[in-house]
Amino acid sequence: MSDDMVVLTVDGLEIKVPRGTKLLQACLDNGIYIPNLCYLEGMERPPSSCRLCLVEIEGRPGPVPSCSLEVENGMVVHTSTDALRRLQQTAFRLLVSTNSGKCSLCMANKRCEMQRIAKFLHMPLRTKRLRHIPKDMPRIIEEHPCIDYESNKCVLCGRCIYVCGRQEDAPFHLDFAGRGFNTVISFFGSELPGVAEYCRDCGACIAACPVGALSYREDRQRFLQQLERNKASRARK
Amino acid sequence: MSPESTPSQRLADMRQAAEEQWRELHEPEIPVIYVGNATCGRAAGSQETIASFEESLAEKGLEARLVKVGCLGHCYAEPLVIIHYPGYPPLMYQKVGAGEARVLVNSFLKDGSDPCFEYLFGALEPNDTFPTLMDYPRYLFEKRVIMEHCGLIDPASLDHYLAVGGYQGLAKALEAGSRRVVQEIKDAHLRGRGGAGFPTGIKWEIAANASRHPKVVICNGDEGDPGAYMDRTLMESNPHQVLEGLIIAALAIGASRALLYIRAEYPLAVETIQQAIDAARERGLLGADILGSGFGLEVEVFQGSGAFVCGEETALIQSIQGNRGMPQYRPPYPAVAGLDGLPTVINNVKTLSTVPVIMRRGSNWFKQIGTENTPGTAIFSVVGDVEYPGLVEVPMGVTLEHLITEVCGGIKDGKPFKAVQIGGPSGGCLPASELRTPIDFDSLRQAGAMMGSGGMVVMNDEACMVEVARYFVDFTQNESCGKCTFCRVGTRHLLAILQEITKGEGSEEDLEELQVLSESIIQGSLCSLGKTAPNPVLTTLRFFRDEYLAHVREKRCPALMCRELIAYYIDLEACARGCDACVACCPTEAIFTTSNRKKAIDQEKCVKCGECVYACPPEYDAVRKVSPPEMIPDQGIEPLAETEEEDEK
Repeated sequence: MSDDMVVLTVDGLEIKVPRGTKLLQACLDNGIYIPNLCYLEGMERPPSSCRLCLVEIEGRPGPVPSCSLEVENGMVVHTSTDALRRLQQTAFRLLVSTNSGKCSLCMANKRCEMQRIAKFLHMPLRTKRLRHIPKDMPRIIEEHPCIDYESNKCVLCGRCIYVCGRQEDAPFHLDFAGRGFNTVISFFGSELPGVAEYCRDCGACIAACPVGALSYREDRQRFLQQLERNKASRARK
Repeated sequence: MSPESTPSQRLADMRQAAEEQWRELHEPEIPVIYVGNATCGRAAGSQETIASFEESLAEKGLEARLVKVGCLGHCYAEPLVIIHYPGYPPLMYQKVGAGEARVLVNSFLKDGSDPCFEYLFGALEPNDTFPTLMDYPRYLFEKRVIMEHCGLIDPASLDHYLAVGGYQGLAKALEAGSRRVVQEIKDAHLRGRGGAGFPTGIKWEIAANASRHPKVVICNGDEGDPGAYMDRTLMESNPHQVLEGLIIAALAIGASRALLYIRAEYPLAVETIQQAIDAARERGLLGADILGSGFGLEVEVFQGSGAFVCGEETALIQSIQGNRGMPQYRPPYPAVAGLDGLPTVINNVKTLSTVPVIMRRGSNWFKQIGTENTPGTAIFSVVGDVEYPGLVEVPMGVTLEHLITEVCGGIKDGKPFKAVQIGGPSGGCLPASELRTPIDFDSLRQAGAMMGSGGMVVMNDEACMVEVARYFVDFTQNESCGKCTFCRVGTRHLLAILQEITKGEGSEEDLEELQVLSESIIQGSLCSLGKTAPNPVLTTLRFFRDEYLAHVREKRCPALMCRELIAYYIDLEACARGCDACVACCPTEAIFTTSNRKKAIDQEKCVKCGECVYACPPEYDAVRKVSPPEMIPDQGIEPLAETEEEDEK
C-alpha cells in the first residue's frame, strides 16, 4: 500500500482514500451519505457548525463532526447508530423550527438540501414536536441593492460567507451579524456606498446557499408572480 | 550593578530601595491611611471617602499618608479603610463614608486619643486591646495564596510588590530555565482556573514542544460571568502578580509575544495593568533583556468588547485577529495552532497569578494546600442571600456547606437555605442535600455543577428554581455566538419552554422535552458555552422536580415568584381601618376602599409589582401573596358606596 493512501472502515465497509482527506469527504466520495450543510469541498477548516455530520469513532469519546476530522489508518467509523440519528434528527428539527415549512412557496423547492436531509432522516419539514419560533426580525431583509435575504429560511451554515471571501478582487464580503438566535447573514448596510461598490453581484453566495435563503430580487419577484398566475389559473379551472 | 550579575542579584538590588519604602509605611512616624479603591470600593463611595480624608486632614493641618490600595474582597464592608497610627496596630474600619472619614480624622487621627470603636472592624496584627481579624470566621477559614496581598499594597507601586517578595518567582524561573519551570508547574499539579481545570503544566509542555515560532501567551481576562469579579479584582489590586505569571509562562514556552485580553468593561483594570506594564518595562522586568537574563518579552493589552463567548479560547483568538468572536472546532488546540496559526498558550488571570507563588515557594509547598487532584485554592465570588458576600479564597476540598455557613456567615436574616448556583450562568443549582460536596473540579462536575470561573449565587427559599433556570438560559441563549445549531436554536427552545412553564402554560410533556433537548445540546454543541448552557435546567429538573410539577400540574409557584401564577390580596383581619399607606404606592390604582373602610385589591387592575407589600406598615403586615391566584379567600368584600366615599372626602 502506498504511503499516501489510508484505509479505514465505515459502517463495516472498508474504504481507501488519500491521506489528508476529511472524513466526511471520504464517505461522500465512497457513496456513504452523511447529512451535512456547512461543509464545502476544499475547506481547510470547515466551520463544523451545522452539527449534522456527526459520527462515532471507536475508541474516542462522544460524537465528532466528520467534516473536521482527517482520515486515519485503521479508523473504525459508525455513521448511523441510533444515538447519532436521534442527535441528527434533533438538529434537523431545530433548524426547521424557524421556518414555516411551506416548500411549494419556495424557490429552492426540489433542490433544497433540507428536503434531501428530511428524506434521509425520515423527518417532516415542519416540526410538530417543537414550537415554531420565527426569528425576531423581518422575514425578508432587503439590505443589498439586488439580493434578498430570507432570515427564517437561513440555516446559518455560512457557505455564502465562505465563497464570498474566496472571490478574487472583491474586498467586500458577507459576514454573520447579530447574536444568538437572531444571528443573520449581513451585507452590512446597503445604504452605505460600500455594498454597491464592492459587491460585484457575482451570485456566488446565491449559488452556494443550500436552502434558497439568498436570491436575486428580480428572480424572486418573477417566481412570486408565476406562483400567483398558477394560483389564478387553478382557480379558473 | 555588575553586568554579569544574576537575575536574583539584580532583583535584590531593586528590592533594597523597595523595602526601605515599605518600612516607612509599616513603622510609620506619621499616620498612614489605606483606602480600598478598586472598582468595587469606588462603587461603594471610596472616592468620596478619600476626598473627605484629604479635606479634613487639611482643615486640621494634620499630616498623614494616604495610600490607595486595591480590594480585600469584603464587599459587604466597603468602603474599607485601614489606619496605621504610630503606636497602634494597623486597624481596619468598615463602611467608611465621607462622614465617617471626617469623624475618624477629628477623633482619632487628630491626636490618637479615640480609635472610634464604633466603626472598627478589627486589628490586622495580634495585640492586647483590639479584636483581630482572625477572630472572625471569614478571615480564620480563608486561605489566601493568590489574593495574599490584594488590598494591602498599592497596585500602582512596583516597589510595594517587590517588597512583599514580588518578581522573585520570575528571577528563579529565569535562572532555572524553561524546562525546569514547566516541570515545576507540572509537579505542582496546577489546574487551569478558567473553568475546565486542564493541567497548566501539560498545556505549557505542548506549546513548548511545538516546533513553530514565534510563540504567544495570552492572559484571559475576559471575565464575562454575571456576578463574578475575581479576575477584575486581581488585575486591579495586584497587577504585577498577573504580569509576573505571564512573563514566567512566556519563558516556559519560549514565547516572545504576550497579550493581556481584558474586557473593555473593566476600564480600571486596563489602566492598572497598563501602568504595571510600563513600570515593569522601565525597571528592566520587561523588554529586550529581562533582569539581564537575555530573555526578552513585550506585553500588550488587548481590549475585548463585550461578548461572553470571547472567554472561550478559540473565540478569543478570533476576536484578536479582528474576526467575529466565534469558537472554532478543536483540534487543533491553540497550544499547537492558535493566534495567527502560532502555538499559543491561553491562561486565566487566576492561573497566572498562582504561578509566581508556586515558583517562589516551590511545588511541594503548593501541594500541601487543597486536595491531591486539585491542589491550591479556589476563589469564589459569593453573592446572593448570604450574610457576608464578597470574594472568598478557600483551599480546594472544603465543602460547600463550610463555605456558605461558616466563611460567608450563612443565609441573610436567618432564612432557610434553598439552593446554590455554582460556576456562572452555565453552572448547576445544588440543593441542601448536596452541600457536603467538596469544592474541586471533579466533585462539582459529578454533582452536576461546575467550578467555572468561580461565580456562586446563594439563594434562600424565596427563589423559584424554574425562574432561576429561565433566567440563566435567557442569558446564555442571548450570548450564544449563533454559530452551531444546538446552541443557537436549542437554547432558544429551552427558553421558550421555560417561559411557558413560569406562566403556567407548560405541560408534563414539556419537562420531558426539556430533559431530552438539554441532553442533545450538551452532546451536540461545538464549544463549552453550548455544552454547559443546559446545566441549570438539568440540575433544577433533577433536584427541584417538585417545583416544576407544581408549575405544570397545579399552575402554582411554590416560591411565590412567578408573576403569572401569583396574586396579592389584603387580609381584612389585619388591615387597619382608615390607613391608606398602600393606596398611594400602587402604580395602577388597583387598591380601593371596602365598605368597612379597609382596603382591597382589584385583581383586574393589579400588575403584581408587590409595592403594597413594602408600603404596608409592619405592625399590620396585611398584604398576602398566594399561588395559584384562585387561592384568594372570599372575604365578602364590597366597595365603599360612592356617596359615602364622597362624604369621607
